[in-house]
Formats: sequence, structure tokens, C-alpha cells
Amino acid sequence: MSGAREPVIAARDLTRRFGTFTAVDAISFDVAPGEILGFLGANGAGKTTAIRMLTGLLAPTSGTARVAGFDVYTQTEAIKRSIGYMSQRFSLYEDLTARENIRFYGGIYGLTNAAIREETAELAEKLDLGRALDQPIRSLPLGWRQKLAFSVAVLHRPAIVFLDEPTGGVDPVTRRQFWDLMYEEAASGVTVFVTTHYMDEAEYCDRVSIMVDGRIDALGTPGELKARFSADSIDEVFVRLARGRGVAAEASKRAGAPA
Amino acid sequence: MAASVVATELHKAYGSTVALGRVSFAVEPGELFGFVGPDGAGKTTLFRILVSLVVPDGGEARVDGLDPVRQYRELRRRLGYMPGRFSLYQDLSVEENLRFFATIFGTTIEAGYDLIREIYAQIEPFRDRRAGALSGGMKQKLALSCALVHRPKVLFLDEPTTGVDAVSRREFWDMLSRLRAEGITIVVSTPYMDEATRCDRVALIQEGSLLGVDTPAAIAASFDRPLLVVRTPRRLDALRVLRSYEHARSAWSFGEDLHYADTRDRVEPAEIARLLAGAGIPDAVVRPATAGIEDVFMDRMHGTAAPGAAA
Repeated sequence: MSGAREPVIAARDLTRRFGTFTAVDAISFDVAPGEILGFLGANGAGKTTAIRMLTGLLAPTSGTARVAGFDVYTQTEAIKRSIGYMSQRFSLYEDLTARENIRFYGGIYGLTNAAIREETAELAEKLDLGRALDQPIRSLPLGWRQKLAFSVAVLHRPAIVFLDEPTGGVDPVTRRQFWDLMYEEAASGVTVFVTTHYMDEAEYCDRVSIMVDGRIDALGTPGELKARFSADSIDEVFVRLARGRGVAAEASKRAGAPA
Repeated sequence: MAASVVATELHKAYGSTVALGRVSFAVEPGELFGFVGPDGAGKTTLFRILVSLVVPDGGEARVDGLDPVRQYRELRRRLGYMPGRFSLYQDLSVEENLRFFATIFGTTIEAGYDLIREIYAQIEPFRDRRAGALSGGMKQKLALSCALVHRPKVLFLDEPTTGVDAVSRREFWDMLSRLRAEGITIVVSTPYMDEATRCDRVALIQEGSLLGVDTPAAIAASFDRPLLVVRTPRRLDALRVLRSYEHARSAWSFGEDLHYADTRDRVEPAEIARLLAGAGIPDAVVRPATAGIEDVFMDRMHGTAAPGAAA
């Protein structure tokens, strides 16, 4: 999978504790350039904490990780410049238009005015925005917003884009169009790190990791995981690993000091 | 028996945006009735009208025989509502939240306990924890307990499983099946097509309009074109080939597989296998398939895409 190329994410025993509660428990993995990694896990399994460390927002307790070649302890600003990020909850400014959002994020990431104009025209055509380009984001259907948010998150050609439940609540056609956009970016070399609760989408990833109670319990191509667990689908693999862990996870949080 | 929930030509617009366009349906007593559709389809507006929080611009509704506009006081005693956004008091403990809701409905936790026992038992070990400190799945169980503590006759759950992992989603639907067995009418909305199969009947909703109301089996069976499942490691290439075929109605990814629908009345799997082989994809496995709700939804919404959206 990674071939001779340097991994764009390399984590070794990456750990984060809150008091005595271990949210992320010594996870180790590599992600290759242009790979789509599906980062799955039950609610409370530690996905968000892991992503916050990898995006330079939260210092690890122990272990190491390099993201786009930068250290998660000492080079967090360089990491932030090298990545894109979008989530279901926050992506674009709702009272700005699509054009204004593109301009805003382009400016933040240091694109020239000429480059921003060019990107705006390109995106308008690619996403078939038409007059929606000059309407406030809040008036656009969610699926559209998410496609635009993704395009904006990769505007500055980051090495990696982190997508936190980008397709939650999105209609089934637009969900698939969203994945087409992801494939396109991955093909151009951008690494895609994505979380989802839609198990059919897990099958679209190059590799899938499944977090349970802070650890990565499974990591491999969808085919490998299904073979290893003698399962017909990733959904089945997931259910087998994650079933019954909710109460246990809550209980371990309780044992820990308040976060 | 009179219907438990009736909507007649319900209509609601916000400015020039039609949130709900003359929607009519009826839910039978004791039915588990699902609204399946994406975010922004109008599900939340519909639920808010039915639970008396929003007044419709037109049409009317009856919930347990009462008009949500004029008889809202009496109605609120008889319904339970779990909004899409977590709306409990974050700085009250689990038990305090439940006691609070019991008190404002003039009852006690103990009086309603047999109904919520199975759900509440799972969060009871954490009864002293602040609600805001619970994880997603636990918050959702607490919210359901609070919506049930006064033993409502009709329960409205607005996207209770959005953002919830696949295992917790299953557990949640298991709970709904048990509540249904208690005779409570349940109206639930979801963006997950797979959850539709767990309802007695389903309304497909898109852009404020119903695309159809029927049992999950009947909706799935209404797919009227031949459907094939295609499995190949070269999924994206195959998708392109299938979509450009002259007889293609649609081709979409479905997890590891592709679903191909043909415009003709019949299509042999061998024909599609040959088509793919001719395009340099010799290893595809093609077989006939039965459509699911997601196939039907995508097929029906195709003609009703958002204004300006790629057709």
C-alpha cells in the first residue's frame, strides 16, 4: 500500500489520557500519500481525540506522530498549514455566500487574489453552482453545502484532508457524489482521512481502521478485514468489534477524573 | 379505530422556501411509522407542527384526536417528543433531568418506571453524572427516557440516530420495537435508509414532499426496472462504463457492490458482463438483485433534485 513513499501520517504508540481515563491508548499506524483511510469507531471510542492530536489541536500524553512530516508536539502550526479539515457540524459560514466563503478561506490560506478568482470559477463549474454561488450558504441544501465545504477544505492543496462525518444526514445521491469528489482528490495525491457512521461508505475506503475503547482493534483493506472476521460486510465486522462496548466505555470514563 | 396521527394538506413556508408542501398522511394507533429522507427534507418542520411547537401556514393535523394548534395544552400531556438536537439540561445530572421531566408532567420516575426500565437501566449506573458529560449514545438513551417518563400515547423522535454509531443505532431500534409492543404510537425520522426496514410503514420525504408512503416491503417492490448487482475490484471504471451504456437507467455504488438498473423490461446479467469485458473489465461478477429502499429513494428523488443541482 505505502510502497517506497514516505507515509504522510506516521503514528507510534500515540496516547492521550484525561486524568486516569485513557481516551486514546497507544495507537500506531501509517497512512500513505493519496490513500483514503476510513477511521471508524463507536461513539466515545476515541476517534475525535485522535483526530485532535493529528491536526495539532491537542498535545498527546505520550507516543509520537508525524503529520505531513511535522511533529505533533512541536510543529503544530506547520501541521495546520498542511492539512484541510471539515466536519458535519462546522464547515462554512452560513451567512456568507459560497463565493465569499471561497474568498475567505482562500485568504486565510494565503492564496493570491488571482488564484482565488480562478478557484472560484473552477469550483462554480465543477459543482454546477450557477446562481447558488451568490446565495447565502444557509439557503443551500445540506448536500451542496458539504460538497462545497469539502472543495474549500482542499483549496490550498493540503497534503491531508480530515473529514469528520462529512456525509451525516446527506441524501443518498449526494453522498455518492461526495465520494466521487474524494476519489478525485485522492487521485491527485491528497490523503483523505475520513470518519463515517455509514458502513457502506467504509467499503469505499482503501483501508479501514476500527477503534474500540481507545485502541485500534482492526486495520486493513475492507477485503482483508472481511476475510479475517469471516464477515460479509464491514458493518458485520464493526458490530462484532464494537457491540456492548458503550456501557463499558462510559464506566471507564467514570473511573477517571472529570475531563 | 381512529388514526393516531392525521395530517391533511399541511403546509409551511419560511419566506420563499417551502419547508413542507401540502403533506397528507395518517398513522394508525400502535404503528411504528418512519419518515425517511435527508437533512433539510422537511422532517423537523413536520414534527414541530405535530408536537404543537410550530403553527402551520395551511392544512390541519390531529394527534391522538387533538388539534395541535388549538388544543396544544391537552395534547402536550399526551405526547412525547425527542428533538433532533440534544435538549436536556447539560448541567443537571442524569437523574435530575429525569426527575425534572417527571415533575413538570405531574408524575414521578417511579410511576413511569416500568416503561423506561430497560432503557434507563443502561444509564442508571451513571445517574449522578452531568448530562453534558455523557457520550452520544448515552445522551440519546437519557433523552428517550425523559420523553417517555409521563407515559405518552404518541412518541415523536426526530432523527434520534443521527451521528450515532452503527451498533448503538441497532440497539436504539431494538428499544423502539419493544416500546411499540407496549402499544405506543411511534413516529420517527431518519436519514438512514437501512432503518426504514424496521418500521411498519415508511414515508419517503424529500424537499417538503412525500415521495411515497407504504410498507418497507411494498416500497422496495415498487422498483419497476430490472436491477443487477455488479462486483468487480475496478468499481470506478465499471461505474463509468455502466453509466455510459445506452440502456442504463442508473448505476451507483452500494458498499462493495454496484447496482445497475436498466431502462428495458428485461436484461440478462451475461449481457452486462460482456459489456464490461468489452471495456477491459473481464472479471466482473453480475447477478440479478432485489431492490432495497435506498434504490427506490434514489430513483424517485432523481426527478426532484434541488433547483440548480446537477441533474
